[in-house]
Amino acid sequence: MNTNFIKKFLYGDYGEIKAGGPSSAKKTEWPLWEIFIRSKQGLDHKHVGSLHAADAQMAIENARDVYTRRMEGVSIWVVESKNIHASNPDEAEALYDPANDKVYRHPTFYDLPDELKHM
Amino acid sequence: MHVHDLETTFQDKIDNEIRIEPKDWMPEKYRQTLIRQISQHAHSEIVGMLPEGNWISRAPSLRRKAILLAKVQDEAGHGLYLYSAAETLGISREEMYDQLHTGKAKYSSIFNYPTLTWADVGAIGWLVDGAAIMNQVPLCRTSYGPYARAMVRVCKEESFHQRQGFEALLHLSRGTEDQKKMCQDAIDRWWWPSVMMFGPSDDESPNTALSMKWRIKRFTNDELRQKFVDVCAEQVKILGMTLPDPDLKWNEEKGHYDFGKINWEEFWNVVSGNGPCNKQRLDTRKKAWENGAWVREAATAHAEKRKAKEAVQAA
Ligand SMILES: [Fe+2]
Ligand SMILES: [Fe+2]
Repeated sequence: MNTNFIKKFLYGDYGEIKAGGPSSAKKTEWPLWEIFIRSKQGLDHKHVGSLHAADAQMAIENARDVYTRRMEGVSIWVVESKNIHASNPDEAEALYDPANDKVYRHPTFYDLPDELKHM
Repeated sequence: MHVHDLETTFQDKIDNEIRIEPKDWMPEKYRQTLIRQISQHAHSEIVGMLPEGNWISRAPSLRRKAILLAKVQDEAGHGLYLYSAAETLGISREEMYDQLHTGKAKYSSIFNYPTLTWADVGAIGWLVDGAAIMNQVPLCRTSYGPYARAMVRVCKEESFHQRQGFEALLHLSRGTEDQKKMCQDAIDRWWWPSVMMFGPSDDESPNTALSMKWRIKRFTNDELRQKFVDVCAEQVKILGMTLPDPDLKWNEEKGHYDFGKINWEEFWNVVSGNGPCNKQRLDTRKKAWENGAWVREAATAHAEKRKAKEAVQAA
């Protein structure tokens, strides 16, 4: 398999900047941060986007201004993008396929009489 | 796998409405087209703050000032969502700024027109944000994931922009004779540039076919423009004003409004830098970027210092 022409640009969304494509970013550019927001107590933090900031404190403050102007959140997580490691979409098949043939993991696999209640 | 297979797989995904994500294989031209479109879009949001920002300090009431401030702040946010989306394609933020500041990248020509009176703020909200919404709503389903997600966020915020503009015009249209005149004058000046916002007509935009095939775009420029004209021709009646087009007429057969010829010469003139405010807008952006340099440097220095201190404490 010739993968030479598969260019990868691992910026933004899924981090790993250092492993990424051509970067013309000068040293002066603030690092990139991925922003996760909990919209309501009881819910998970969800990825909402990214932004640049000099440090974590500033990333949180900017995230408040950029992503929660309409009360979209009650809690913010920031993670520097380069610290996020992602699975490779080219390996998706091998990675997720084994789950396909294990239908017995689903409750609908089991054939039980209709009289059986509360199960 | 050969390039040919990769392209087939890619197009299959597109045809099946499966979004393309940053790490997926994509044709180089797709990536380039997106970078150009998304960054141009981001630049437009950022430069778009300038004409309206002009009126923040002179808004006629505290209510209007608060609304305008919130709207302009939203536009800054839109620029940031879009820059981030473009960055996932492998271009850096500084590179994009550089392209804007050197005039290599374009932004929407509409922002090269001046805002002469308060009524212009209303006309921009109604017409310019209105045209933007027409364009942006289908982009919420565009094939590139990060772009589509950014647009969902943008669209949620846009609707208040248009409504506040229409409301401001509505107040003027029910005001004194002078206010009515101001309202009509602003509509007269902003109408045609807004109609041009949809870009060159379909037979003049050679990239449309590919963009449609890749589902970056879902409607052609002319389709969106027609939709916009149809909607505005009705809305203007509520204002008791008119649109400056003697050829604007309902066409029963087509079920659409006919409208007059667009002055494409003016359009290309403004695109190529000869609009009334091109130089002023770009100069303002550049100055803001240069004047902010010391802040960026200071923040970096502060962050480094703090990191060093934490390292010492941890040791
Ligand atoms: Fe916007
Ligand atoms: Fe807007």
